[in-house]
Amino acid sequence: MIGLQILVDGFAISALYALGAMGFTLIFGVSGVLNLTHGALMVMAAVAAWAASALFGLGSYAGAAIGVLCGLAGALVTYFAVVAPIERSRAIPREEKEIFVLTGTLLWGIMIQELVAYFFTDNPKTVLPLIEGVVEIAGVRTPKNELFTALICWVVIALLWLFVNRARAGKVLLAASMNPRGVTLLGHDMAKIYVAVWAIYGLLAGIAGVLLGMFLGVSSYSVGPLTASAFSIVVLGGLGSVTGSLIAAYVVGYLETATAYLISPAYRVIPALLLLVAVMYLRPQGLLGRR
Amino acid sequence: MSDPARAVSRRVPNRRMLPALLVAGSMLAGPAQAADPIRIGVIAEAQSVAGASIPQAVQLAADEINAQGGIDGRQIQVVTYDDKSSASDAVRAFQRAVSEDKVNLVIASYISEVVLALMPWAARLKTPMITPGAASNEISVAVHKDYARNKYTFHGYLTSHALAQAVCDSAKEVLVERLKAKTAAIMSEDAAWTRPLDAAYQECLPKSGLKVVEHVRFSPDTGDFTPIYNKIEAAKPDLIVTGIAHVGVQPTVQWQNQQVPIAMTGISGQATSSTFWANTNGGTQGVLFDSVALPGVALTEKTIPFAEAFTKRFGGAPSYAGYMAYDAVHYTAEAIKRAGSTDADKLVEALEKTDYVGTVGHLKFYGKDEPFTHSIQYGPGLMTSVLGQWQNGKQVAIWPAATANGAMILPPAVKPAVQ
Repeated sequence: MIGLQILVDGFAISALYALGAMGFTLIFGVSGVLNLTHGALMVMAAVAAWAASALFGLGSYAGAAIGVLCGLAGALVTYFAVVAPIERSRAIPREEKEIFVLTGTLLWGIMIQELVAYFFTDNPKTVLPLIEGVVEIAGVRTPKNELFTALICWVVIALLWLFVNRARAGKVLLAASMNPRGVTLLGHDMAKIYVAVWAIYGLLAGIAGVLLGMFLGVSSYSVGPLTASAFSIVVLGGLGSVTGSLIAAYVVGYLETATAYLISPAYRVIPALLLLVAVMYLRPQGLLGRR
Repeated sequence: MSDPARAVSRRVPNRRMLPALLVAGSMLAGPAQAADPIRIGVIAEAQSVAGASIPQAVQLAADEINAQGGIDGRQIQVVTYDDKSSASDAVRAFQRAVSEDKVNLVIASYISEVVLALMPWAARLKTPMITPGAASNEISVAVHKDYARNKYTFHGYLTSHALAQAVCDSAKEVLVERLKAKTAAIMSEDAAWTRPLDAAYQECLPKSGLKVVEHVRFSPDTGDFTPIYNKIEAAKPDLIVTGIAHVGVQPTVQWQNQQVPIAMTGISGQATSSTFWANTNGGTQGVLFDSVALPGVALTEKTIPFAEAFTKRFGGAPSYAGYMAYDAVHYTAEAIKRAGSTDADKLVEALEKTDYVGTVGHLKFYGKDEPFTHSIQYGPGLMTSVLGQWQNGKQVAIWPAATANGAMILPPAVKPAVQ
């Protein structure tokens, strides 16, 4: 029975991790930006969804929609106000741009974190679930919303996969991640591609944030851990590899859940971090990374 | 810079500068004033719900006293520092409060770890400090063990030991007698205040007729409580007895969402705040919790007027630490009057003689020879506790009978222990 419990619980949490890491890896893959605002954008989306439903009484669906839009807006602001100016700047030497983007997004993330804490306190908030109730399967009681959350994650991941691999615009994105110069020579505007990628990323981060807020709740304290968890999943999977992140999310999710059930919830994250260290030693490019 | 960022850059310095401006203003006005003001430093977790009530309640009490002419003609000035729940920020604030802002007394924090970090500074800088919300026994035990050094610290709240006693008392009368509960699981966050709490639970729950069948301690950064509830459910207790304050929303919401069929009672610091309903999106429905006071419950004639004045001014009811902080300013004012001075040693002596009816009951400190020196005395006729329950967005008092304003309602998922 505990095995089944781990299976169900781990599935939902891993799906959330996967969705959270997906956008992060997409941005890195296409534009080479390690976006340390990630956790802050997820928290912002979740808090917006919470505020819309709990403070303004807009209901769970409208609240969730507002949260996702907030994630989208936050990502675009991050791109236009932080990332793009650094990349365009002539004052910053080319070889130092990466570190400037890293620092810029980190600081912008901290600013968002402080703003959330200032206006909404640092107490955790939970987003109103989309559906209520529990289901019992073979003696394991699981909230319906948890299963629904996992379902949404997989639908979104599947849509992203279809878009990238089947749609023309998606193929351009994929090409841009492999050879930006080639894509430019074919007449595509890289600037537009970057905006599109950041918009897709914002939607993904928004959805992940809102769902996380429903499942576990978020507070301004979650910003660091959420960025760190996306970062380690992406490193484990191979920077820039979407499929790698998906596999890594499940490895980390199940490892954590199994540790929580079989050893103690207090040691939940330790084995996953040990695994990450081991991977960095033995396979620095990650599970499916390109060298 | 985007709009929110600009808004904050405009607001934060103002908020931070306000105390400094007040002090500067008072210095300029110096010669014109009849007497030096009395300065109270407040070091608290302004961004957390339980902590935010502390500076607000202190300001409210100070304004009331000032409106009535101050203390022997001296006005009270409040200087506030946000420690962001960090012990090192709190220590820096304490040093600044004493050396630069020249405060006469500090009211500090609801977090035991923070108060324990400040204690040596209260001793070194010989500045009286009252905590309106930290519970760990270690605070008052340290005063007892080294009185000469630590006498400047006052534990202006119940110890974990007394809190556990309050939970056991209410559990005995309400849950054992009325619900026929026989077994309990203790579920506590890993923090300084819960070590003595859990030890006292282990001791007093069996005396109240509840056999402890499971004891879970979890890290305060736990995200998913499913494994914890699973472990507890496997032990089949009739009750979950909590010791939580750093966490609150996640365990409560997951208890509700997963329809854990076991009633939850005990100490839940965040559940005492009126914003907990919104934070949990109603997930706190049916949760039982012990608190020092609840809105609408007249523990003394001061309770309701304070809660109403606070709600009117700050838009929400005070957390438990708000009640204690408000009372702390009032009994301090009396102590200063009795001492006729703000000299630290004289003030300590006068504070020890506190005998004051506040918003939460009759307040007295334990003496030098008692194990919990300088903590608030707990018991009938002194300060006791109220067992509350969240019902449809409201906190209802269900115990003790004398102050109750509602009856307990079992949450739908919870099965009565009698079956």
